Amino acid sequence: MAKGDPGVTTRSRRAAPRSKRAASAATGEPELVQLLTPEGERIESAFGPDGTEYRVDFTDEEYRGLYRDLVLVRKLDAEATALQRQGELGLWASLLGQEAAQVGSGRALRSQDMAFPTYREHGVLYCRGIDPIMPLGLFRGVDQGGWDPNEFKFNMYTIVIGAQTLHATGYAMGVHMDGRTGTEDGEAVIAYFGDGATSQGDVNEAFVWASVFNAPLVFFCQNNQYAISEPLERQTRVPLYQRAGGFGFPGVRVDGNDVLASYAVTRHALDNARLGQGPSLIEAYTYRMGAHTTSDDPTRYRIASEVEAWQAKDPIARMKAFLVNQQIADESFFTEVDEQARTESVHLRERVLNMPNPQPVTMFDHVYPHGSPELDEQRAQFTKYMESFEGSAH
Amino acid sequence: MATETLTLGKALNTGLRKALENDPKVVIMGEDVGKLGGVFRITDGLQKDFGDQRVIDTPLAESGIIGTAVGLAIRGFRPVCEIQFDGFVYPAYDQIVSQVAKMHYRSQGKVTIPMVIRIPYGGGIGAVEHHSESPEAYFAHTAGLKVVTCANPQDAYVMIQQAIASDDPIVFLEPKRRYWEKGPVELDAPLDAAYPLHSSRVARAGTDATVLAYGPMVRTALDAATAAAEDGRELEVIDLRTLSPLDLTAAYESVKRTGRCVVVHEAPGNLGLGSEIAARITEECFYSLESPVLRVTGFDTPYPASRVEEEYLPDLDRVLDAVDRTFGW
Ligand SMILES: Cc1ncc(C[n+]2csc(CCOP(=O)(O)OP(=O)(O)O)c2C)c(N)n1
Repeated sequence: MAKGDPGVTTRSRRAAPRSKRAASAATGEPELVQLLTPEGERIESAFGPDGTEYRVDFTDEEYRGLYRDLVLVRKLDAEATALQRQGELGLWASLLGQEAAQVGSGRALRSQDMAFPTYREHGVLYCRGIDPIMPLGLFRGVDQGGWDPNEFKFNMYTIVIGAQTLHATGYAMGVHMDGRTGTEDGEAVIAYFGDGATSQGDVNEAFVWASVFNAPLVFFCQNNQYAISEPLERQTRVPLYQRAGGFGFPGVRVDGNDVLASYAVTRHALDNARLGQGPSLIEAYTYRMGAHTTSDDPTRYRIASEVEAWQAKDPIARMKAFLVNQQIADESFFTEVDEQARTESVHLRERVLNMPNPQPVTMFDHVYPHGSPELDEQRAQFTKYMESFEGSAH
Repeated sequence: MATETLTLGKALNTGLRKALENDPKVVIMGEDVGKLGGVFRITDGLQKDFGDQRVIDTPLAESGIIGTAVGLAIRGFRPVCEIQFDGFVYPAYDQIVSQVAKMHYRSQGKVTIPMVIRIPYGGGIGAVEHHSESPEAYFAHTAGLKVVTCANPQDAYVMIQQAIASDDPIVFLEPKRRYWEKGPVELDAPLDAAYPLHSSRVARAGTDATVLAYGPMVRTALDAATAAAEDGRELEVIDLRTLSPLDLTAAYESVKRTGRCVVVHEAPGNLGLGSEIAARITEECFYSLESPVLRVTGFDTPYPASRVEEEYLPDLDRVLDAVDRTFGW
């Protein structure tokens, strides 16, 4: 699939002719919208809790494109984890297991839409067309995030949990006030956060504001079941998507390991937002397969059988099974994708190793848009001080 | 008496354990403090031994942690709250400054809030942004709060217990980059004897100039003193231990002898603790001073990317450079 905008025009011939209601209380499984089963079986359409019908129609090329995205994003993430282990990054927050939620939602964004990420949205970042080297500067400690949020319509990473949901709300209010909603080509905003974040005051305040101001905003919660060590039960006693009702907007739970459903549900919510129908909450039900970050030790709070159960729901494996079963892709395609992933990750590694440290004096830059006499003075003194060392290169 | 060699982190853990044992009203609460034992493992093993009613994994909401602790304190508990990192205390700032600090005053003494707010603070561990800040001045500026910080395992062990036993709300700053440094800890040390909570102490005696430091910078000041001694200059190092209220008795006494004073902290210099300390020493020791009181601090920038933090943080060279300058006047 080409970067940007997967079409929804040609109907798929591949879909099995059956529909599924979201509510499946009988099975005891969480109610979720699913279009691709863990076995790789296509479901033609599925319904949300409010009766909304979700479906996607992709061309073969677009299906292959989504698969390529998933594999590349996983590989780049694995490379970053390895770089951290080798001491080249101070920290890395891996997205392993969450590729489908991120690629699905990321590809559902239109070019005019704005995204507000946490620190884990490397897959969305990739979909926004941002060089994957960008977040590595932050984690290596050479900068604090290098891309231009306005150019790429993807804000800086946010480390304080939940803070960005309010930024996204304000931004979306601005979109509304600029008159950029209410039409097919209107703008929409998406805010990413985790299950832990739903406990934060900021997130709840964002829900209130977005609702009251009918902000064109999609709250996209990746429920990966843990906030560092704390399981979901430490954050909530009700399914997260159901909270939306109390704030006055729709909520839906999607299978976050299903890239097709993640795409369909997000696209629908974004379109509603851009048409002026206000905010909604998507809970992408998924699992963090690795550690929270490279400094975490999940063996202290997580059992192996749980991880195994989720392994069976792997987002890439099911997409591959689908492509194979429907003869959309053959072995040579998979080999080629793996080869591309390998090449790109080797390239990434080389570039990370060559990332220069910033000149210390740059720490004085950009504190104020128009500078400050005090800082100018400190900068001058600092420069002089550094020069006072013998053999100083400064 | 039982003396053990412990890391500063383990000393805190042992102190917390003792506090939990000694008073059933003490509860520990915070993000990941239970099973994980905190991201720095300072509460390691405590939930296992005291249960999840006494060592409570809270929702991820700093304002909620402090706000609910206020209610628990009114009800007669002694909450010990962990804020995971310095840079994440700000969502709770409103609760701390507007509620915690003022309850006693507003109730004309009828309500006490015997709360401890533990914050791993400061830089030097190569962390990403929001994980290396020194917010002490914000809290020291607030009437109704007390602010303390420990610099070695012995103090960590004693001071955390003193803080929990105190009826004041206390912001307890833990120098995170010193968590792994070891030292002797006298486990039976009486809590109120040698060094009450709100007192400074002479960390190294000297005659030629006085260096005032606290928390992570005490180690740096001591290292500078060792280096200066090789050049024949004896520096007196004072560990302030308590930042609000400030105990400058030892500092005044020292500066009157040495005539020279350098204050060191990691936080930005502008309106930092150093400004207050320099002003007070100038007022108190004016006729003994041979030179102005100098400050060695972080710069007035946000905490920079970690690859340049070594340049940002005061180090031995910058301390010695300031000492040299006090002799140049
Ligand atoms: C306000 C704040 N408090 C604490 C932290 C430390 N912290 C970083 S990530 C995290 C857990 C976040 O969990 P969740 O929102 O579920 O997102 P996930 O990382 O699982 O995607 C915590 C406690 C923080 N970054 N910000």
